Amino acid sequence: MEPLVFEKSVSGRIAARLPDCDVPHVDAGDLLGSGSVRETLDLPEMSELDVVRHFTRLSHRNYAIDLGFYPLGSCTMKYNPKVHEMLARLDGFTDVHPLQPEETAQGALTVIHAMERILAEIAGMEAACLQPAAGAHGELVSLMMVRQYHRSRGDTDRNVILVADSAHGTNPASAARCGFSVRSVPSNDRGLTDLGALRSMLDGSVAALMLTNPNTLGLFESDVQEICRLIHEAGGLMYCDGANMNAIVGVARPGDMGFDVMHFNLHKTFSTPHGGGGPGCGAIAVGRELEPFLPVPRIADRGDGQLHLEYGRPHTIGRAHSFYGAFLVAVRAYAYIRSLGAAGLRQVAETAVLNANYVRARLRGHYEIPHDRTCMHEVVISASRQKSRHGVRALDISKRLMDYGFHPPTNYFPLVVPEALMIEPTETESRETLDAFCDALIAIARECETEPDLVRSAPHTTVVSRLDETAAVKQLNVRWTPPEQETSV
Amino acid sequence: MELPDDLLYTRTHEWVRLDGTTATVGITDHAQCELGDVVYVELPDQGATLERDAVFGTVESVKAVSDLYAPVSGTVAEVNGALADQTELVNQSPYGEGWMVRLTVAPDCDTSHLMSAQEYERYVQESGH
Repeated sequence: MEPLVFEKSVSGRIAARLPDCDVPHVDAGDLLGSGSVRETLDLPEMSELDVVRHFTRLSHRNYAIDLGFYPLGSCTMKYNPKVHEMLARLDGFTDVHPLQPEETAQGALTVIHAMERILAEIAGMEAACLQPAAGAHGELVSLMMVRQYHRSRGDTDRNVILVADSAHGTNPASAARCGFSVRSVPSNDRGLTDLGALRSMLDGSVAALMLTNPNTLGLFESDVQEICRLIHEAGGLMYCDGANMNAIVGVARPGDMGFDVMHFNLHKTFSTPHGGGGPGCGAIAVGRELEPFLPVPRIADRGDGQLHLEYGRPHTIGRAHSFYGAFLVAVRAYAYIRSLGAAGLRQVAETAVLNANYVRARLRGHYEIPHDRTCMHEVVISASRQKSRHGVRALDISKRLMDYGFHPPTNYFPLVVPEALMIEPTETESRETLDAFCDALIAIARECETEPDLVRSAPHTTVVSRLDETAAVKQLNVRWTPPEQETSV
Repeated sequence: MELPDDLLYTRTHEWVRLDGTTATVGITDHAQCELGDVVYVELPDQGATLERDAVFGTVESVKAVSDLYAPVSGTVAEVNGALADQTELVNQSPYGEGWMVRLTVAPDCDTSHLMSAQEYERYVQESGH
């Protein structure tokens, strides 16, 4: 294990020398009050070379899309073109301040406005908003609008959000966070929403149904129009979780299917970095009925050759983010969309679907495929055979893939498939990469038969092998404490 | 898979032990095995009234979060306070120290919808999970 920089610290060692002070010395305590001034600060003390080596070593232990295949289902780990980083660093984008007068920030406002128009068109809806910071935030903001919509009509008793049992966990979490009760709609034996069960759940308490299409099994909800009709007939709204838009972008539009509101994950479909948990953008799009409730400020085109920040909207739910959201994320996604164009986006979806089906066809016979028919952008296989015959679980197979140099797929999700391995190759992988990955999974299936212990004890090539996930959850400790202070904490 | 004969089982993998008007409820050995190490159990307040099939709590493991469903209607007489910091009891002893709630139920409590150990075993095998 690489020690922490704090553990490598040697008292008095320094990597930089500050120049002599060339302005009059001012005592900070006089200005701030002595209570606000700290005398000591435990910063690590290291030479420049040791700092460089420390972080370079750590960077070698990271796994990233720039190093290898990353088939993490539902996460759309596609390549992030480097030219987008160059564009997002242009002075015109980086040297603007959110508080400068709007007439001096027309370039930035133009990007936001154009991006909203493009996303509304891709959604097949009336308007879009780039404020939400991530997909789950987009869900929450959308559900707040759904609540306001019903209230504005005097329809105050709708307190239930229906969620498919294959849904991303964020759906029920966002609904509960927004104060709704959550009811789970079961899937049928084809892996799709059970219409009979759905009908029996419909009454005047339903505010909305949250549906992912294609769903998390990688299957297109072919009854989506009928589902929308049923929900609308019951007075509810249809929410589209756009996490899986990579399967249909440029081909089919949620608005045309009957959805009223949706979120996009710009880091999935539109190729912005997933990095480090943010900043992100979970842009939302809405139909005409929900448009008045969108967060402020809106970017308004009043036809005077200027774009304006508009706050005076009586039905708005308010702000969803400081200023205008993660602007530079939108710049990257805008570059992606403009460089591909409509035809290019359609090709993204078609190739993503083709790649997933190629993987499905190659793995057939080696793993169980619970819904073995044409899938969309991802395929869910099951290790239930390996588990029952050889005592090897999906988790073991995932860990063993690391020895073969691949990031493991999502496992144990969706919950409706036992021992699930959810593989999303995306459109940016070559056939050679897909073949190498499938060869590895097939080789592991053979190892399950001949050397199950090898798989059960994987990974063997990483710096650390199996981590104690239970202790990590129950005794979470992410703060380093100096040894001399440990006893007092 | 351990399946005591004196218990009744649900399709959502809870077990219930009926003793007069007391019904003790937990999750099955199969359920704890599928979930993996349990790290958090959320249980109802004492005195809460539960309708049959209502969600009465959640169980969270390193793999997933699952709802707990009431096998029968009743009032919560007792909850297993030990699970607040010893969640491993659910894995180690699902039918013993890992019990979750005790309900006070009606003397004529309907159990016709519940499965015997043999029926539950067949159900688990057929559903493949």
